[in-house]
Amino acid sequence: MPKIKMPKNSPSIDMTPMVDLAFLLVTFFMLISQFRAEEAAIIDMPSSVSDLKIPDKDMMMILVDKEDHVFYTITGQEIRATVLEAMSKKYGVKFDEEQIKEFSNMSSFGVPMKEMPAYLSAGSTERKKIQEKSSGIPSDSVNCELCDWVFYGRINAPRFRVAIKGDQVSSYPTIRRVMDILQDKKVNKFNLITNMESGPAE
Amino acid sequence: MADVNTGDEGGGKKKHGKKRAKKSSTRIDMTPMVDLGFLLLTFFILTTTFNKPQAMEINMPVKDKDLTEEEKNKVPAKHTLNIILTDKNVVYWYFGVADPSKALPSLTKTNYSQNGIRKLLIAENNERHNMYNQIELWKKEVSTGKLTNDAYREKVKVYRKTNQMSSLIVLLKPDKDSNYKNVVDALDEMAICNVGSYALLETNDLENQMVANANTF
Repeated sequence: MPKIKMPKNSPSIDMTPMVDLAFLLVTFFMLISQFRAEEAAIIDMPSSVSDLKIPDKDMMMILVDKEDHVFYTITGQEIRATVLEAMSKKYGVKFDEEQIKEFSNMSSFGVPMKEMPAYLSAGSTERKKIQEKSSGIPSDSVNCELCDWVFYGRINAPRFRVAIKGDQVSSYPTIRRVMDILQDKKVNKFNLITNMESGPAE
Repeated sequence: MADVNTGDEGGGKKKHGKKRAKKSSTRIDMTPMVDLGFLLLTFFILTTTFNKPQAMEINMPVKDKDLTEEEKNKVPAKHTLNIILTDKNVVYWYFGVADPSKALPSLTKTNYSQNGIRKLLIAENNERHNMYNQIELWKKEVSTGKLTNDAYREKVKVYRKTNQMSSLIVLLKPDKDSNYKNVVDALDEMAICNVGSYALLETNDLENQMVANANTF
């Protein structure tokens, strides 16, 4: 009897199912992840036990960073363009097509109106520099550009949820001023955006 | 690597001793593809944000300029807890109204810890109609499924309404030195301690004075 030869096993593993799986997962994560436009400010939010989720769309948001600079953003490309147009009329600042397009694709910003055209035309590194130099959207009683941003945002998108996103260390007077502006514009119900925190320890 | 050509592709064809042109494997080495796949996978997993930020909702009172000072102070004084938030995470509290014509109420110093303001709030809230415990009880029933969310909300609403005039009212007064985190923490305590009526106000001059006095001690 000839020796029974064990079939020589190739040490190869069929990788195909693994590849299938990997790419399935890649596709899944690609589809569910959404790239957010870079925020103009880094904000470290305080945490709360509240479990209300904020929606991604239909939002008007006012951001306050740790240096008490005020930023503003509103969702929706068309609305952004309309709001910018209204603001440009009011402040006599002209924007070209390119700048309006840039604005509608952007996220939050924190520059006064007169710096806005330069800010919009600038590249991303240049833009950061402008942002660093400026001290946010003016929101004091003498020059309240924030009031107008809120106002035109409200007019063009009355159903939008309004939220304040503040940094842990931003001072209360600034937050209060923002709240007062909102209340002046008849926004009496708004959200404070926070991070999640586990419930109270028993 | 993953596919080493050992020369016996196809198994049983060996018996024929005929020399043939070596059949090249039709298989492709998948390893780099797997590498790439997992690299992308890792990238997307890391960049995906699963937990969206939360939000707390606050309703501010309508700004009514016609209200007189007297009407504003209509809330029953003995149920009014004033909480002043100031810098370095210090909290002061007093009951009633600070009236310049009378002796000033004394401030008690506390903090945001569990034994600080939360203990006080829960105790005071329980003292008035057992408000905290009652609502906690209902909350537990909701979590065990005994009570629906809507029924719970309705119950709380009715309970608060019937005891409206004698339940705890908290006036949160962050002063100019406090930061946003303090405000959110304080609002959070309201939610944790089941305080139904609270307002976010500003300190007045008298209270600033009281805080300044308390700080010097």
